[in-house]
Amino acid sequence: MADRTYRLGVVPAYLALLRGQARSQASYRTSFVVDLVGNVGATVFDVLTVLVLFRVTRDLGGFDRTEAMVMVGLSSAAFATADLTVGNIERVRQYVRTGLLDAVLVRPLGALPQLLLMDLPVRKAARSLFGIGVLVTALALADVSWTPGRVALAVLAPLAGVVFFGSIFVATATLSFWWIDSGEVGSAFTYGGRDFTTYPMTVYSGWFRAVFAYGLGFGFVAYYPALALLGRADPLGLPAWVGWLAPGVALLAAAGAATAWRVGVRHYRSTGS
Amino acid sequence: MTGTGPDEPVIEVRGLRKEFVVRVRAGRFRRTKRVVTAVDGIDLTVHRGEMVGYIGPNGAGKSTTLKMLTGVLTPSAGEVRVCGFTPVPQRTRLALRIGVVFGQRSQLWWDLPLRDSFDLLRHIYRVPGAEHAARLRRCRTLLDLDGFLDVPVRQLSLGQRMRGELTAALLHRPEVLFLDEPTIGLDVVSRQAVRSFLAELGRAGDTTLLLTTHDLADIERLCRRLVVIDHGGVVHDGSIEALHTRYGSRRLVVADLDEPLAETPVLAGAPLLRTEADGRRLVFACESATASTVVAGLAQLVALRDIAIVEPDIEDVVTRLYRAPAPVEPG
Repeated sequence: MADRTYRLGVVPAYLALLRGQARSQASYRTSFVVDLVGNVGATVFDVLTVLVLFRVTRDLGGFDRTEAMVMVGLSSAAFATADLTVGNIERVRQYVRTGLLDAVLVRPLGALPQLLLMDLPVRKAARSLFGIGVLVTALALADVSWTPGRVALAVLAPLAGVVFFGSIFVATATLSFWWIDSGEVGSAFTYGGRDFTTYPMTVYSGWFRAVFAYGLGFGFVAYYPALALLGRADPLGLPAWVGWLAPGVALLAAAGAATAWRVGVRHYRSTGS
Repeated sequence: MTGTGPDEPVIEVRGLRKEFVVRVRAGRFRRTKRVVTAVDGIDLTVHRGEMVGYIGPNGAGKSTTLKMLTGVLTPSAGEVRVCGFTPVPQRTRLALRIGVVFGQRSQLWWDLPLRDSFDLLRHIYRVPGAEHAARLRRCRTLLDLDGFLDVPVRQLSLGQRMRGELTAALLHRPEVLFLDEPTIGLDVVSRQAVRSFLAELGRAGDTTLLLTTHDLADIERLCRRLVVIDHGGVVHDGSIEALHTRYGSRRLVVADLDEPLAETPVLAGAPLLRTEADGRRLVFACESATASTVVAGLAQLVALRDIAIVEPDIEDVVTRLYRAPAPVEPG
């Protein structure tokens, strides 16, 4: 069998998985609608938290409300979309613990895309749409002098953020291959990372900022792209082009996550029978 | 290289090992590591069309071996080739050539009708529509699926679901079918249906079958070759007859008489094992003599009311095999 025909055949195969998932969810229609509505709540609160802060202060870490909202919009659009597409990978822990991953591994498809498509939580779509709405509104209200470059960045930066958060989701999920009772350790980086990126980096300091913003790369999700979009100099002293590094940082994170996943699957131990 | 030539083995395993690191509680917070060897140097060669029974007590390493052959688990050491592929690095390509039924792990969509699962699997395994339809039609007849094709999988009985799983594993015409405990927990009727289906598959001759089971009747019905493993190693590999010869199990000739005899008849090569029913039933073991010479010899000596030849009980033999002392309880 030639390799090329094999690769072409993969697309309908993944579509079939998606169809199976959609049909399964449709068999529980009422709970689906309830979930869809209820799920927006969490993201709305994230945005409200920042708005409430601005009732007591005029600026946050040197940024006014519209500027801060661009960061909030980038962060929540990216996180909510990553959570929608990749977030359910944290369920791999159950698959590893119960040995259900066996059934995934005997199919002629990649384990990671299978798990994502088998569990796609369509009910989280509303959150993603809300996040994108916040970003678009914030960009419209902020005083952005639009150039072709900034238009491109306004599209690329949230996409890079999705890839970045997706990588964090995958990387933390792989912990369960080594450490089955890894519990909520991963949440420190996923949900913790979302909270971190919601605020300007200037509100943090010391080693904490160094590790999260630059070491792990969370500074490139919202803060630096927002500076580039708003045309503001970095109070922390980095040059203006740093905001354009977001896609590169996202790809690095994706490569790291993919490697961690591949190594993790080889450490899979299955269960007794 | 992909695939195998006609004479090459479909499964080739050399020195296969799997070790697990187990953390054991030693005190309130301390844990100590211990290495458990689940599979300890297995060699196995299986040719196209063979039906092999892979048996052993709980924890002997049966499932672990199967998972290494299908690319689920990475071996700690040794070489594995299945259909010409190395299972873990070439997992997805191998998956197109093999079918797997792990009794406890479903390949079906829990919330969807059985029919939908088959349709989705057609796309996942990229099977041409006509071929898929033909194979499904055959499974429907042989496994009697028509009564529950439109029932969601979660509502199927275990026997129905297992028939569904078998169909799911076969729709892409796999070269090798791996079955882990396919009859576990099934009632007599379903068990019989699954066995006849597999026997039929074996008769067709182009599917290689490797099956683990605790039910030795599965093996007697289906497999000419038997691989017995214990403590992670192969303790027997050969025909069921060879197993009997090696472990001294014998056919029995049971003769029922009208009247007890005054003196016990002596037959060359077939000692009298015991007498029952006040001497009206004699049980001889065929050692060097064949069953027919024992029957003929008896018929000349005494008036027979009835006579029966009892096949050796494989369960007895295997129980004796398993009784070897265990070094460490494998996980």
